[in-house]
Amino acid sequence: MSLETDDVTKIARLAMLEITDQEKPVYAASLSKIFAFVEQLNAADVANVEPMAHPLAGQVQRLRADEITETDQHEKFQRNAPRVEADLYLVPKVIE
Amino acid sequence: MTALHELSLAALAAGLKAKRFSSVELTRHFLARIERHNPALNAFITVTSDSALSAAAQADRDIAAGKGGPLTGLPLAHKDIFCTDGVLTTCASRMLSNFVAPYDAMVVERLKQSGMVTLGKTNMDEFAMGSSNETSWYGPVKNPWDEKKVPGGSSGGSAAAVAARLAPIATATDTGGSIRQPAALTSLTGIKPTYGRVSRYGMIAFASSLDQAGVLGLSAHDAALVLQAMSGFDPRDSTSVDAAVPDYVATLEQPLKGLKIGLVKEFFEKGLEEATGNLVRESLAVYEKLGAKLVEVSLPSLPLSVPTYYVVAPAECSSNLSRFDGVRFGYSCKDPKDLNDLYTRSRGEGFGAEVKRRIMTGAYVLSAGYYDAYYLKAQKVRRKIANDFEQAFKQVDVLVGPTSPSTAFDIGAKVDDPVTMYLNDIYTIGANLAGVPAMSIPCGFANNLPVGLQLMGGHFAEAKLLNVAHAYQRETDWHTRIPQAFT
Repeated sequence: MSLETDDVTKIARLAMLEITDQEKPVYAASLSKIFAFVEQLNAADVANVEPMAHPLAGQVQRLRADEITETDQHEKFQRNAPRVEADLYLVPKVIE
Repeated sequence: MTALHELSLAALAAGLKAKRFSSVELTRHFLARIERHNPALNAFITVTSDSALSAAAQADRDIAAGKGGPLTGLPLAHKDIFCTDGVLTTCASRMLSNFVAPYDAMVVERLKQSGMVTLGKTNMDEFAMGSSNETSWYGPVKNPWDEKKVPGGSSGGSAAAVAARLAPIATATDTGGSIRQPAALTSLTGIKPTYGRVSRYGMIAFASSLDQAGVLGLSAHDAALVLQAMSGFDPRDSTSVDAAVPDYVATLEQPLKGLKIGLVKEFFEKGLEEATGNLVRESLAVYEKLGAKLVEVSLPSLPLSVPTYYVVAPAECSSNLSRFDGVRFGYSCKDPKDLNDLYTRSRGEGFGAEVKRRIMTGAYVLSAGYYDAYYLKAQKVRRKIANDFEQAFKQVDVLVGPTSPSTAFDIGAKVDDPVTMYLNDIYTIGANLAGVPAMSIPCGFANNLPVGLQLMGGHFAEAKLLNVAHAYQRETDWHTRIPQAFT
């Protein structure tokens, strides 16, 4: 399977990644190689095989009680934010 | 007298207990070695000298007061994938190059509570995506056995640090071989426990159904000591398993008479370097001498483990790494013109080429029209591979084979071809897909470069693996060898 630069543009949009025009043919080539390699999976007989999402049989995701367990540490957490004002994360204007 | 860095962690623990040296002396010794040797190796991203010395002083007070535990005062290094409260935690990415973690990972918390002293944070492949430690934003790590060679990855910094005796032991993580392959390439003992054995809380996520924390150390005994303290249930990780942790040190000396060892037939087929294969086969004579029985076992779906992994892991990575948005933490682009520009440019500039390639692979295999053909199919093949392991462990106690198809390769040799790079993990990925524990232990040298023997066990068989590894290390001295430049 072979990808074109247009495919890379589409995938990059899905992945929310800016990929430059110079990079696109490079990714098209390497992603094509990866998908060609992965094609081997088509040879596997998977009729009546249940897909496996968790490596341990019988394990299920636990639910916790709906109780407050975290303390308010927003000041500490927001120290890592690039733009904060009045305890709020700032982003470029979304609504005109 | 043997220099402190030439001693195993177990020997250092005995020395501290007998007050032959203090934790402060020990910590200073390793910090001095880091200062001297790290510029050549690039094994550490951050060195935490001040906090290490104050933790060591506290450990000495605890030991003097008779409050020390088995690990009190022993230094270690953490892979920079584990969040450390108040300390830079980068995951070797530009994306997190300014991120000071606001909390400790469970692994860090537990080892801190056990009295261990953190020397610093080790280099790695960016977001643990790589098999050579060449994708790091902080530059490649060099192999202490030959500085032109890679140390393996993604835990290459932890491996180089321990192999060069800049730290007596280090934490690491393994999603497709990232503990075992560097262990093999640098002559260390590395263990990836069963999925769910060690909490993933505060361990920056790559592929959540495969990621597992473990250790890189000098022996099975050393690994047992630290794994003991790391393991156990944590309600903050929803896939942490609530099961008792056995005493790993207590069973190290169990005799191997009657042990059934399965040689994985598929691991000795094409692609394996001859010298590596020969050393692995020869190493098994030690087990026969100890009374173990060798049988050949086939895991027919195992050859599909690499393509399966390169669908499942990128899919999970594309989902996990969607949290990096340039808004709440991490790298943020300059002068974004709108919200979309902020997202795409922060991610485009903050992630390196291999990470972007995997995010795109994942976004593609999960996208409408391709999900069934790729992702669902890979999840079904994953089941077949896991079933192969389950069947094999009905016949044998442990499975063995090579850890890596070759010894350490040249820096730069495989960077241009992702598929060739991915095939380095051909023997290690199966254990991650099946969630079983696996180890790599040193079994000799080919052309002066280390070779690793891989041991795999059934779910929660860590004690058995450590026992089997320890028995080999009682009979051999490969694990005690130190690279010439670092004696």
